[in-house]
Amino acid sequence: MTEAQATSSLAQHVRLLEAGAEVVAAAFVGEAPALALADGAVLVGEPDEQKHVLSHPDASILTAISDGRTLLTGGDDGRVAAIGADAVAHTIADEKGRWIDALALRGGSYAWSAGKQVRARDENGTVRTWSAPTTARGLVFQPKGYRLAVTHYNGVSLWFPKVEGPPQTLEWKGAHLDATFSPDGRFLVSSMQENALHGWRLADSRNMRMTGYPGKTRSMSWSHDGAWLATSGAEAAIVWPFKDKDGPMGKAPRECGVREARVTKVAFHPRALVVAIGYADGLLLLCRLADAAEILVRAPGGGPVRALGWDAAGARLIFGLESGEAGFLNLPG
Amino acid sequence: MTQSHEPDKVPVTVLTGYLGAGKTTLLNRILSEPHGKRYAVVVNEFGEIGIDNELVIGADEEVFEMNNGCICCTVRGDLIRIIEGLMKRKGRFDAIIVETTGLADPAPVAQTFFVDEDVQKAARLDAVVTVADAKWLAARLRDAPEAKSQIAFADVIIINKTDLVTPGELREVEARIRAINPYASLHRANKCDVKIADVLERRAFDLDRILDIEPDFLVAEDHDHEHGHDRGHDHHHHGLKHYHDEDMQSVAVRLEGEVDPAKFMPWINRVTQEQGPNILRCKGIVAMKDDPKRFVFQGVHMMLDGDSQREWKPDEKRESKVVFIGRNLEGEDIRQGFLACAA
Repeated sequence: MTEAQATSSLAQHVRLLEAGAEVVAAAFVGEAPALALADGAVLVGEPDEQKHVLSHPDASILTAISDGRTLLTGGDDGRVAAIGADAVAHTIADEKGRWIDALALRGGSYAWSAGKQVRARDENGTVRTWSAPTTARGLVFQPKGYRLAVTHYNGVSLWFPKVEGPPQTLEWKGAHLDATFSPDGRFLVSSMQENALHGWRLADSRNMRMTGYPGKTRSMSWSHDGAWLATSGAEAAIVWPFKDKDGPMGKAPRECGVREARVTKVAFHPRALVVAIGYADGLLLLCRLADAAEILVRAPGGGPVRALGWDAAGARLIFGLESGEAGFLNLPG
Repeated sequence: MTQSHEPDKVPVTVLTGYLGAGKTTLLNRILSEPHGKRYAVVVNEFGEIGIDNELVIGADEEVFEMNNGCICCTVRGDLIRIIEGLMKRKGRFDAIIVETTGLADPAPVAQTFFVDEDVQKAARLDAVVTVADAKWLAARLRDAPEAKSQIAFADVIIINKTDLVTPGELREVEARIRAINPYASLHRANKCDVKIADVLERRAFDLDRILDIEPDFLVAEDHDHEHGHDRGHDHHHHGLKHYHDEDMQSVAVRLEGEVDPAKFMPWINRVTQEQGPNILRCKGIVAMKDDPKRFVFQGVHMMLDGDSQREWKPDEKRESKVVFIGRNLEGEDIRQGFLACAA
């Protein structure tokens, strides 16, 4: 389906907002929509009653993530801040001006990295430190247990912060960027500098190569049932099948929302097999995996879509662009 | 890598030079000038003493091999990450200066701009500027391969600490530099007292700016006047001694008339594939048969960037010239191969 053929549009259900700076992340914290901005601020609340939280004064937010309850921001001021639905920023860590390159969050546990130094803070507030062999680029907690995956050059290390001894390293040549675990914890997937994904089946460390991307993948999102992984980096959302015990090995991915613009951001709906896809030209659409049907959310223009976030029920979608434009979609009925 | 004139791309200047040559002195001189520009400075050691600038980013030089089938393809992973992060501050600074360590090879920095798509969108490599110690460079060229690479790679070379050598020693070190790299612009300095315009906004990697590739034998000695564009002279006219560096040379080939693109394209690809690991830089202006425009190219190791440029002027001689700077180049192979591309 091409844009000209797109029959349906949700654009009339979108409320637009000028966020004022590049949107680094968009998420719901509790019921409150939140936008983390490159100018160091976080906007929390409904469009008309947003609170402007300056979580990184005179600095930039480099990275931000949310688990649906807390928004964690990392700045080029070396600080990590946590913001809840109450719109109050709490400083979690201060690395004295060193850039916060990556964050992870699960339950009450936080992790962050600055250069090679990786720190994890458990629910009790105990902070432990590990030094990666090269700069840590991506962090993610394993779905179960207090274990952190850290991407770096030539592999991904799995670190148990509470256990002495060196982490297990899954080796694969090249620079690994972001990482994600499948919801059932069976697979770990990293994105790479070489325009590819690399995956491991954790039971036997078996390697999976997912190649063919024209650009770097910097956004990955799992379907609610854990059967699919949607990814950016091509002129369509590339959706890999992970249902079988071999994951995507020997299988072709689905392509959703094929257009002549690069996909920059993907976010699966939390309850349905529908993926929100943002493009480099500012277009945003929803694509149903079953039949590739598309519904337009935002027409092109204004530069790359940089942030997408669903609420827990899947009734609302918040998005943001590099240009500072943002919007809220309320799905009808 | 397309580096046509795109004003919204942030220029990146790379400062190299062997240990103690005066890179930090040059950096501070640039930063302290009343130019009204805001620089983001990337240095190796965080909190490096004596750099007075608002935006200083400390980095470990992380040289990554790319698994792309190109054996000499390395990039600076830290630089990719830093440029991505700096883009969050877009509009709040004007240019980036990257100071490398004294032992660094400039190639991975340059190749980062050829390889990484996000870096290309955000920034453009402006020039590689090498600071050389007038007193010690000759010795370093003998015992430190890094020092030689830094000279060979440079677009701009500053011979610093000239007050510590005699005029004869200075001529000697200049001749040594010219034996390796006759194309860089050369400036004599004490305490790196060069004009900012000689160092920044050079657009040395901009294809549109490749005007000619004649050796630059004239040294700017007097900072009050621009050095002449009296190029193409036989270097003996300037009293320079001629040296031949044993392992680093430049090979320049001129072809009177036009080139057949069906021969030239496979040839340039073959040369850069076969000799790429030894080629540090290459550049060319080529008159393609039946093409009213000049074809220009430049490269680093195995990476090439080429494009049609402006039209040949009516009074301009349609001739083709290529230049390679590298280590143990097979000069005769390059010469014969290029001449065989004649239309």
